[in-house]
Formats: sequence, structure tokens, C-alpha cells
Amino acid sequence: MIGVGFRTLLYKEILRFMKVLVQTVGAPVLTALLYLLIFSHVLEAHVQVYPGVSYTAFLMPGLIMMSLLQNAFANASSSLIQSKITGNIVFVLLPPISYLEFFLAYLIAALIRGFAVGLGVLLVGLFFADIEMRHPAWILAFALTSGAVFACLGILAGIWANQYDNLAAVQNFLIMPLTFLSGVFYSIHSLPPFWQGVSHLNPVFFMIDGFRYGFFGQGDVDPWLSLAVVTPFVVLLAALTLRMLKSGYKLRH
Amino acid sequence: MNVAVRLRGLDKRFARVHALRGVDLDIVEGEFFALLGPNGAGKTTLISILAGLTRATAGSAEVMGHDVVADYRDARRALGVVPQELVYDPFFTVRETLRFQSGYFGLRFNDDWIDELLAHLALTDKADTYTRQLSGGMKRRVLVAQALVHKPPVIVLDEPTAGVDVELRQSLWAFIRRLNRDGHTIMLTTHYLDEAESLCERVAMLKEGRVIALDRTENLLRTGGGRRLSLELEPARLPEGLLPRLIGREGERFVLDLPDYGELENTLAALRQSGIAVRDMNLGQVDLEEVFLRLMRQGPGAA
Repeated sequence: MIGVGFRTLLYKEILRFMKVLVQTVGAPVLTALLYLLIFSHVLEAHVQVYPGVSYTAFLMPGLIMMSLLQNAFANASSSLIQSKITGNIVFVLLPPISYLEFFLAYLIAALIRGFAVGLGVLLVGLFFADIEMRHPAWILAFALTSGAVFACLGILAGIWANQYDNLAAVQNFLIMPLTFLSGVFYSIHSLPPFWQGVSHLNPVFFMIDGFRYGFFGQGDVDPWLSLAVVTPFVVLLAALTLRMLKSGYKLRH
Repeated sequence: MNVAVRLRGLDKRFARVHALRGVDLDIVEGEFFALLGPNGAGKTTLISILAGLTRATAGSAEVMGHDVVADYRDARRALGVVPQELVYDPFFTVRETLRFQSGYFGLRFNDDWIDELLAHLALTDKADTYTRQLSGGMKRRVLVAQALVHKPPVIVLDEPTAGVDVELRQSLWAFIRRLNRDGHTIMLTTHYLDEAESLCERVAMLKEGRVIALDRTENLLRTGGGRRLSLELEPARLPEGLLPRLIGREGERFVLDLPDYGELENTLAALRQSGIAVRDMNLGQVDLEEVFLRLMRQGPGAA
């Protein structure tokens, strides 16, 4: 079921973003660095989030996760929309590649791009703050599950969109608000009760909080709860994406 | 002989268009087959269903005995498709493109065959060039190479020579003829009817989603009336007995329809008997274009 076709498609997808590494990894790392410089400069002296954790250090996991998520989404969605618009999607539709292989190749490539950017942000951040990583297993668990959610969203959006505008709409009205209003830049305990409640409706809040727990051993909620919130999204979105691919929606009319 | 492509009751409805209306078609292994029809007749839809790019509303399609839906892996392995649009992936070189395509078909070490393909298609010196930097004709040849990486027994070309210059067209056909001689089944669509006439053994004509003619090329040409005899006569009149053969007149020039060359003898004899002299004579064959146009003018299903 999963063979050379899958491996080739995965390799092609990785090579695609590697060939334009400056745009696909360099640019988002730079963006994260700018956030880091500005927010830490403005807020370092004013915000006390967790005891014994500087604001800059607090900011890092949020920025890493936000970059990871946005780039996992961007990789799958932009690759698909480009292939659809230029028409070269037929190169992967004509061969005997199963929808499962197709799904896994785009998913894993998106995760690798997300991880590459996340790692880049982490490495840059090490120059600005002491970052401890107390529970690497939690860090990895949240990176994988959360990245998978956004990779699935990227595949879904890339297949659904007919043009770049559609994709930009998803990015501006769904992905950006979800990631920005998730506690990347603040602890939700610093919010009024109403906005704390709203934040709890955002699954990205749990992704970032759980991820942050992996670094500092403390978070706004229990990491098990966060994992219990995030995991169903992985399952649901993967199932939805697979169903869409199997039906041939917008790919095999 | 085995059937390479088998279509049964193939039907395709889009939201507003009924693109295919119950197409039955068998293409035998080793054939050089043309699918003709005006724009919108359903040619590309038919090919897309065969390639798995489109799903039929009803009916079935098989490639080398493999159903394109139920047994899509074997069906696709047996099929090489050269799409109509000049598509390419700008991120990659020619060689990378061909290696990926091989991999998609499950072939890991295919460089010997890739080199051979590049040589046959005069692309060897472009192997490491990015596809976006190639001319239109070269991109077309890369598409041909991509369709052949897995040595498919059945090759489908959707208007391979549209917008291609004469020289390239000839070399492309020479290559495809060779593939046919080596045993590949070729199915093509083209707007150039002279190409179909000179290359293809059998022709199907599609109109509004139906096959309105399906026969060996020479038979189709015969149904067009066979031969055209164009005569310039002095005096400019036809004997009574030849009038039924008359299909056109322009001044002193009469165009007669002859069922076969044997009739030439009788026609000339009839003219002699009536004391009519032949000042100029031109004998030609009906071409596929005439047959095509005549069939397209008739209602669907008329033939």
C-alpha cells in the first residue's frame, strides 16, 4: 500500500521547499525574530508571567509553535494550489499513487517544513534567552500533533481553494487569528475572565500551552488536558482529509 | 488480439454539460487509433476518464483489462498520458522531473531508460535545465518523456502537436510511430486531420458525446465517395449519363465523384462518345477532412 510512489512524492515535496529555503524557512525565522525583538523589548520589564521565567524565555515556545503551525499549513496549501493552478498536479494524479500515500506525503513534508522553521526559531532564540527544555517528550508530542492538525488544514485548504485569493482568505481569517489569539504573547491568566473563556475555545491555545509546559514544566492548564483537546482534532481532520482525497473532491472531478 | 482499451456505455455529466453519452469503444493492442471531433465533443473527457482524472457518471473503462476505478493501480501502470496543456513543475530540472515520475510509478533506478528517452527526444543536453527555462516544443517533449518513463503498453496523446512547429511535429511522429512498431498501442486526438489520416489505422469520430463514426481509416475515406475527378471540358458540358456523378461545378471545371478508379475508364469513354474533349484533368482522393466535415454536418448518430 505504501511504497516507492509515496517515498518519491515525499522527497519531491521536501525538495520543493528546500530549493527555496530562503523563502520557506529563512523568511519565517526572520519574522519570528522580529516579534521576539519587539515584544521582548517592549514587555520584558512589564510582564511577569511565570515565576522564575523571563518574558523573553516565556515568549519563545509560543513563537516556535506559531511558526511551526503556520509553516506546516503554508507548505501543504501552497504546494497544492500551485500544482493545481499550473496544472502539474496531473503528474501525481496519473500515477498509481493511493490517496493514503498522497495524504502521508503531503502531511509529512508539511511537518518537516514546520519543524525546520521551529528549530530555526529555537536556535535564534537561544541567543536571546536561556531556554530550558524540561520535558522533551511533551515538546515532541505537541509539536507532532499540533503540526499534524495544521498540515491537514493546509491540505484541505489547498484542495478546496480555486485560486490564491481563497487561500489568502483562509490564512488571514482563520489561521492568523487562531494562532495570534492563543496565548503566544501572554499567559491567559493575565486576561479578564471573559477572554480567558474565549481562549479556551481556541484549540491553538492548548497546543501552545502544552508545548510551553514541555519547556518550563508549568502552564495555564494541565498538559494532559491539552493533549486530550488536541488529539481529537488530529483524528478528525486526518479523517476528513482522507475522505476528501478518497472522494477525489476538486482533484478528480 | 487483446483489447488494450475497452469502453462500455461510458457516460459523463458535468453540472451543465452532458459530455459523454454512452460511448462504446474497443481499441486493440498494437493499434494506432485516432479520436477525432470538434471542440467540446468529449475527447478530453474520454481521455480523462481513462486516465483516472475524471470519474464517469455511468459505464466502465478498462486499460489492458484493468478497470480504471476498481483496479486503478494496474490500469494506470498500463497507461502513459501526454496531456494537452503544456504543464511543468518550475521547481525542477528535466532529469529530476523524469526521476520523480519514475518513482511515482514505483521505479527507483530508471536512469538508463531516462537517458534513452532524452536521447530519442533530443533533450540530452537539456537534462539539467530547469523545465521553466525550456521552449514550448521542449516542454512538450518532456511531457512525452514523462508519459513513457514506465514503458506503458498504451500511450494516449491529447493533441500532442497543437502549436508545435513542423520540424518538431515530424520528429515527434517519427518517434511515436517507432513506439507503435515496437508494440505500443497509440491513441491520439488531434485537430490536424491529415495527421490522423496518414498515421492512424482506425478512427473514431465524436460529436456531442457520441461516437458517430468508427471504422478503419480507408473505409471511412471510401464512405466519403472514394475518388474526386476534376475535369476541364471543351465544350463545357457533361453527357446525360454522367450527371448523377456530378458533385460540383466551377465554370468549365466539373467535379465528379467516382466510386473507384475503374470508373475512370467508363467516364472518359462516355465523354469521347459525346465528342467532348478533356482539356485538363485532376484525380484526387477524398481526405479525412471532407469525411469529417460531412459527418459533423449530419445529425448525431446519423452514421
